[in-house]
Amino acid sequence: MEVPILKQGAVLIATFQAALSDADLNQLRMGLVQQVVKFRSRAVIVDVTAMDVMDSFASRTLREIAHMIRLRGAETVIVGIQPEVAFAMVQLGLTLEGVATALDLEEGLAYLTQKFKNTD
Amino acid sequence: MSKRESITKDSGTRSNPRVELVRSEAPSELLRELVAHLRQNRTQLREEWVVRITETRLLTAMTKEEIFAEATSVYDSYVEALETEAFEALQAYARNLSERIIPRGVETHEVVGIVLLLRDVLARSLFAKYQTDFKKLNRILDAYEPAANRIANTVAVGFVQERERVIRQQQEAIRELSTPVLQVRERLLILPIIGVIDPQRARQLTEQLLRGIRTNRAKVVVIDITGVAAMDVTVANHLVQTVEASRLLGATVIVTGLSPEIAQTLVTIGVDLGKMNTVGDLQGGIEQAERLLGYKVVTLAEPR
Repeated sequence: MEVPILKQGAVLIATFQAALSDADLNQLRMGLVQQVVKFRSRAVIVDVTAMDVMDSFASRTLREIAHMIRLRGAETVIVGIQPEVAFAMVQLGLTLEGVATALDLEEGLAYLTQKFKNTD
Repeated sequence: MSKRESITKDSGTRSNPRVELVRSEAPSELLRELVAHLRQNRTQLREEWVVRITETRLLTAMTKEEIFAEATSVYDSYVEALETEAFEALQAYARNLSERIIPRGVETHEVVGIVLLLRDVLARSLFAKYQTDFKKLNRILDAYEPAANRIANTVAVGFVQERERVIRQQQEAIRELSTPVLQVRERLLILPIIGVIDPQRARQLTEQLLRGIRTNRAKVVVIDITGVAAMDVTVANHLVQTVEASRLLGATVIVTGLSPEIAQTLVTIGVDLGKMNTVGDLQGGIEQAERLLGYKVVTLAEPR
């Protein structure tokens, strides 16, 4: 299943659909980094609003995406984690440490705008 | 079972024919006979029962009129249960009755007490009626006692079930009331926790907070635990998880009001204090939250 990646200025937005397979996640990881390189993006927002469950593989993949993108000098923000999913994740010890998070797409963009303003 | 009947004509009413039965009757016949007797002497027996209730000082929370009204309906239900043996209907009646009288402060021992008193009053009246025919009395009691015991049991169980339902309902209400999530500024929530936190309450707290963060689009949450005296390791872990889960929703958590004991617990379980943002008291917590959100509090000119 292809994950749609949209470009909004210097930010790429990837919207997860529900139930991504491990193969989809791997494909996304490579795809996102390639796009960051191609468009010289400054940030990536990964929107997981549609995910109603997050397992350890998905969580690890998100962290890896963030790390790889940081190596390209860009920021990653995970947005849209649902309350029930957040609760389940912390109980399993999946805290997405070191990765920025925000409530939703709007908040994610606001966070990035603020960040760019501070660093520019 | 054959019976030799000799019917004496007299002015007995239709519900109380004078019939002498010699051989053993079917239990259902006996039951019908005693039910008829109980119905016919309803007024007198009910009065006797109410007197006994008052004498033994039961149902003191109710007035005489209320006792009389309830006694009437209990008496009728009792006799009906004897007649129809419909114990499910009786249990439903008992739960219904309990729903009415529990809020008035009636206790379990009172309900069981009055049912047993009724049982005694009716039994005595049966003794009186059949005192000249010992064999008959025994047969009547054979029919009466199991039914009467089952009634007492059913009513008591119905009452207790209703009490338990009320208790569960109250517990749920208390739990909900005691964890309010309050918005004090745009994007700033406060969660004041007071009292004992057990794992169940901790879990409910977290769920309520996460929902509140999403609904109010909060960016900062101040969790104040001044009112919490102690916390065991499980609950301390829950608190840490709450902080982490809130972060996943994009909110920063500031914990305020840690007592020395709780501070000790957190250190003991090895909480990474770098991950937990703590401030001494609620005031300090709110001030820091405001700074994080970009608020500044300015004193205006002297109030007039």
